Amino acid sequence: MKTDAVAASTPTTPSTPMRTNPVRRLLYSRGIAPYVFVLPFVLSFLIFFAYPVFSTVVMSFQEVLPGQTRFIGWDNYRHLWNDSFFTALRNNTRYTFWTLLILIPLPLVLAVFLNSKAMRWSGFFRSALFIPSLTSVVVAGTIFRLVFGQTDVAVMNMLRHAFGFETINWLAKSSTGMLVLVVLATWRYAGVNLIYFLSGLQSIPSDLYESAEIDGANKWNKFWRITVPLLKPVTIYVVTISIYGGYAMFTESFMLWSGNHSPNDIGLTMLGYIYREGIEKNELGFGSAIGLALLAFLLAVNVVQLKFFGLFKKEED
Amino acid sequence: MRKALTIAGAYLLTGALLLSACSGGGNEAGSSGGGGNSSDGSKSSSPTKLVFWTFNELHQKFFEKMAANWNQAHSDMPIKLEATTFPYEDTHSKLLVALQSGTGAPDLADIEISKIGNFLKGEPQLVPLNDIVEPEEGNLVMSRLDNYAKDGNYYGIDYHVGAEVIYYNKEILDQAGVNPDDIKTWDDFEKAGKQVLDKTGKPMTTLETTDQWSFWPLVAQHGSDFLDKDGNVILNNAANLEVLTYLQKLVKEKVAVLAPGGGHHAEEYYGMMNQGGAAAVWMPMWYMGRFTDYMPDLKGKILIRPTPVFKEGEMRSSGMGGTGTVITNQSKNKELAKKFLEYAKISKEGNIEIWRDLGFDPIRTDVWGDPAMKESNKFTDYFGDQIFEDLLKLKDEIAPVNIKEKTPAVSDVVKTKVMFQALNDLKDPKQVLDDAAASIK
Repeated sequence: MKTDAVAASTPTTPSTPMRTNPVRRLLYSRGIAPYVFVLPFVLSFLIFFAYPVFSTVVMSFQEVLPGQTRFIGWDNYRHLWNDSFFTALRNNTRYTFWTLLILIPLPLVLAVFLNSKAMRWSGFFRSALFIPSLTSVVVAGTIFRLVFGQTDVAVMNMLRHAFGFETINWLAKSSTGMLVLVVLATWRYAGVNLIYFLSGLQSIPSDLYESAEIDGANKWNKFWRITVPLLKPVTIYVVTISIYGGYAMFTESFMLWSGNHSPNDIGLTMLGYIYREGIEKNELGFGSAIGLALLAFLLAVNVVQLKFFGLFKKEED
Repeated sequence: MRKALTIAGAYLLTGALLLSACSGGGNEAGSSGGGGNSSDGSKSSSPTKLVFWTFNELHQKFFEKMAANWNQAHSDMPIKLEATTFPYEDTHSKLLVALQSGTGAPDLADIEISKIGNFLKGEPQLVPLNDIVEPEEGNLVMSRLDNYAKDGNYYGIDYHVGAEVIYYNKEILDQAGVNPDDIKTWDDFEKAGKQVLDKTGKPMTTLETTDQWSFWPLVAQHGSDFLDKDGNVILNNAANLEVLTYLQKLVKEKVAVLAPGGGHHAEEYYGMMNQGGAAAVWMPMWYMGRFTDYMPDLKGKILIRPTPVFKEGEMRSSGMGGTGTVITNQSKNKELAKKFLEYAKISKEGNIEIWRDLGFDPIRTDVWGDPAMKESNKFTDYFGDQIFEDLLKLKDEIAPVNIKEKTPAVSDVVKTKVMFQALNDLKDPKQVLDDAAASIK
């Protein structure tokens, strides 16, 4: 064994006849082992990610039909300039905006409360808030559809009656439809973001708070001057995945309107649009073009957002 | 370094070999299964497996029953039908992807009429069925098969004609003093509707806002369509505008209300109709099953009549909706699948079973007068036993529709925009139709 290792580590003398087993030499080579260990990842990345991405790029320049696939230049990209595309983009943008506005501050504040020693039952509330994110979107979406139904006996309409308002059809108007989507998102994802913020909070050393107390800082000052700034890395992460999640939203809308067809496309999302064009209308080429446009758009948004947060700048002080 | 690279290369190759060995094994298992099937077929001992995908559990049950019947009649070539029901969208998406990628498709599959356009694009990956269709041409409602045809090849066999009719609630009409047989034109219908509204406070009918069944049949019977014979979009022509304007007028006059839940297949809608919420609804014959299953309280109160017309002499019905059963070109037993499909959906006994089991108006008109059609079943119990006598009178008045490659796109825009904007938002119908037509590329 030892001789093998020596032989392998002295490859500069190839003329010496090596009687050792070449397979063993290969297996014990230090130069190669790392490649072997990363091989499964590299392979799965190439097969299941790089190849499909490459293929999507190619397809976005094609009309994909069985037996008659042909290149059509930039036609698919030219077709992107239409109402449905912008409706989908607008819907996703509104949804992302509202989820950011609610799903960042709300879980942050809740996390601070749950992290506080004065809070009773914090373990219970932690799990209670997290449980919704374990439910399937399909089930949650169906329940929300019924809760926000258009009949007089739907839960939310009964709530309106209690305040003297009349029955409305929640899912028929753009504004109320978006409200339902955002409520569903808040219910479902507040717990996830809460966990991120909690773990961030627990990594803030408590002596910072102690010394602030000695300096006479009140609760608000401590929150605003210590907690929020030190949570910045977590916040950046949560914002990034929220933007991504906002533009990748599909199932919620699909379930609320029980299908990909909402009246006036008020629930049409980018992914819904890809699905509609690519699969429902069998225009895989056009679907690919929409997907790539979404990718480019998201990259741009994320770059702007990260720049805004100063991630590309070197740490100050 | 170079050596390290070559060795890394060697590892890569070995890995690739290992992987390909795995997939090779998979293929072998697959092909041995297939091979086993075909050899079994020739030995005529153990049954040949046929896989069938559908989106309707009733269709699955029907085919399973037909497979059992087939095995009794053809002991020399038995089959083992493996039928699966998927959700509507999934059936079509899975099938489309399987056909596009050239692997994984079943032998037989159901394709709904508004989706067939997707499968006829390019070179259809389906088996032409001309040799089982053409011998029976005289007995079949051929316009129903044209929907699944391209370049003279028939690719799908429908379950039913889907003849459009109007269902009246006799109780409400009696209260209002309206005789349904006097309603010949849509103007008569509107007048009767006002009478019903005055006398009973109930709307005459309901209209769909997220589906196309309130609009398309009237369009077809008015001599128009969404697409012309060559597949060009004519959604915004004068006849269609006239129909949409008429529907909007009914809503404005409160003669018609919008169907709760957006369409005639929503739970809320069934509940409302079951309680006598409206005096009439026009839907195809296949809607009978929804009455029997979801609106039990209306039993014996529903009259089936031909739909009114816009002008005397226009057709009083149209072939609406439908589902074609196709055979994919990936099937290993195409001939057997074809024979079985002929037995299940083209033969006389098959068509009688379609009525008995599914309550559909079968595509073979020569069975409509058959005594078997008068046998009592849940549909005759509900609607009376003269259903097919009435239907026979309409035999030559069933307006066809053009199902083309753009059908999925048109149907999509009608479902999401046209109906909702015209009937819910009460926008100018001309504007709505022009915008919709322009949005289809």
